[in-house]
Amino acid sequence: MDPGLIAQYVANSLMLGIIYAMVAVGFTLFFGVLDVIKFSHGDVLTVGAYTGLVTYLGLQLAGIAAPWVQLALVAVAAVAVTAVLGALIGKYFVLPLRGAPALNTLLITLMIGTVLREAIRLFYPQGSNPKPFPQLLPADTVELGSFTLRLDNSILLAAGIAAIALVHLLITRTRLGLAIRAVAQDAETARTMGINFELIVLATFAIGSALAALAGVMNGLYYREVTFGIGLLLGVIGFSAAVVGGLGNIYGAILGGFLFAALQTVGAIMLPESAYKDVFAFAVVIAFMAWRPTGLIAERASERV
Amino acid sequence: MRHALLKLALVPALALLSGAGAVSAKDTVKIAFIGPLTGGVSANGIGGRNSADLAVRLRNQDPKNKYHYELVSLDDECKANIAVQVATKAASDNAITAGITHYCSVTAIATVDTYHKFGFPVVVWGAVLPDITYRNKYAEVHRVNGTMINQNEEAAKFMLKQGYRTWAIIHDTTDYGKGHDKYFTEHLTKNGGKVLARFGVTADQQDFTTELTRAKELKPDVIYFGGLTPLGVRIRQQMDRLGVNAQFEGTSGIKSDAYIEGLGAKLAEGSLCFLEGAPAEKLPGGAFFMSSYQKQKYNESPEAYGPFAFAATNLVIDAIEKVGPNRKRVIGELNKTRDKDSIIGKITFDDHGQNIVPLITKYVAQDGKWVVWEDSEYATGKRKLKGR
Repeated sequence: MDPGLIAQYVANSLMLGIIYAMVAVGFTLFFGVLDVIKFSHGDVLTVGAYTGLVTYLGLQLAGIAAPWVQLALVAVAAVAVTAVLGALIGKYFVLPLRGAPALNTLLITLMIGTVLREAIRLFYPQGSNPKPFPQLLPADTVELGSFTLRLDNSILLAAGIAAIALVHLLITRTRLGLAIRAVAQDAETARTMGINFELIVLATFAIGSALAALAGVMNGLYYREVTFGIGLLLGVIGFSAAVVGGLGNIYGAILGGFLFAALQTVGAIMLPESAYKDVFAFAVVIAFMAWRPTGLIAERASERV
Repeated sequence: MRHALLKLALVPALALLSGAGAVSAKDTVKIAFIGPLTGGVSANGIGGRNSADLAVRLRNQDPKNKYHYELVSLDDECKANIAVQVATKAASDNAITAGITHYCSVTAIATVDTYHKFGFPVVVWGAVLPDITYRNKYAEVHRVNGTMINQNEEAAKFMLKQGYRTWAIIHDTTDYGKGHDKYFTEHLTKNGGKVLARFGVTADQQDFTTELTRAKELKPDVIYFGGLTPLGVRIRQQMDRLGVNAQFEGTSGIKSDAYIEGLGAKLAEGSLCFLEGAPAEKLPGGAFFMSSYQKQKYNESPEAYGPFAFAATNLVIDAIEKVGPNRKRVIGELNKTRDKDSIIGKITFDDHGQNIVPLITKYVAQDGKWVVWEDSEYATGKRKLKGR
């Protein structure tokens, strides 16, 4: 095959992969600190994307037209709103259920997700329809043989990698990160050491949700469109990616995200009907889970998060 | 004193009541409109609903009418399961005499059995899958618009005449998309065209980069898309992202203003699509339809199938005026439709209740509008399609 086309396939699946990885990192963070699976995560992402869109529309009305300013404010607003939303969900729905069976948390977050999704559909004007997302990045292209290198894609990819790297640094290099890791390892001991358990858990929820918001905005900028339902599939894929990689391990989540994207791409190329690509990718995920039930990078309690 | 005041107040109130009574002395007859009022293709559904509403309003103004008409609009969301629910709701309500039903083929084909079971006369106003009228021979089901067979035959011949030889086909995997793929391929290969690759995609898929990169590799002259507007927008958008330099050809499924709005005039430029019937403004009653539509100040445009919904509603009302609001008799009357004048031209139902529409109109997107091919700058050679 033409190397340009191979590069194109790789570029396509990297873009998909970075978005999946960002969602997966959120799942893995929540699981790491609190042993919970928060199924509303995908829909929090949708809220982030719509917050970005509303911010953009507001800026248009206010007459602020410089694309870089718009982009910065869109990202900041999306991150801020979803960070607060994530923390609120954590405080009022997840933490109070700590003593209850894990299934209850799973159910309640699943329902919160549905509420968020349907609320956007019902209360956003014409919410059932796909909404065009503004083009805020320069659309310059460079043709390298049969490979089209786009500046906006490159920026998005770099931004995604930077965001994940930042979260990683935050967790491994800061005092907050140290506290998060302490809580993840042993909540009781962390408490006796004077760590504010609740605050740390909520901070983790805020960080994970902010990352999802960025993923939502990136998804909008990439496809130039958002719909109320994007979080549903992204949530499932992000969760699968986190599980395949090894829940509780950030590297695992990143690996899982890119692996899933690669599977989808390979599925679409190899299978006679490209509509089966999701079936193919999820089937391989099932096989992986049978082979390595704890994920590709198995979690060791001492190395959580 | 108090009584006197009360009497004074009552007199005009009573007069108003009796006046209103005189106006509504006619019996009210309900007609159902069913289409996608929410979801990705809702622009078409709402355009159709407004057009049906317009027909009802105009007829209600006519003092010679025997009945007063009321339109009950229901949302099928372009989903088969929802469509069956609302179809059952309409058909089981004895107060509703007939239905103007469905834009999406998936919903129209899913509901034919329901209508048949309830003996509920319907006229389909937008769905193009041949099976809707031809799979069964249900007396209840009629259709004013043509099927996808006609448009794909015309589309294949037209594209070959433009000198295109190779195609990559993307279609959604519903009956609708598969139908387009089937009939287009059939007429294309029969007339010497070649299909290099075929991609079935799910109807809510967002990412087409892999399919399109594969298409880029094969370098087809044309990318044909059998599906509806939302996917059409995404595919055309992503063709641009990936630098796929092929002509984009859609079907009647993308003939909507929403397609051009979603892409912007620049990206939509040069896209092709095909639609049964002549454009509203070229029909004898078309100017009348457009001007009455504008007078009602609807917020949305009638879209491609609005005139069909308008014609279907008038057809149903004519039948009810003639034989009364009785479902059986309305079915009998509708089945007798031959050479009936309407704003979409003459309507003649064959023995399956299918209107025989010989005419297909070709459209090209030019400067942010769908322009009839013959009137476009592409036909005169001033602008060129991709690769020509």
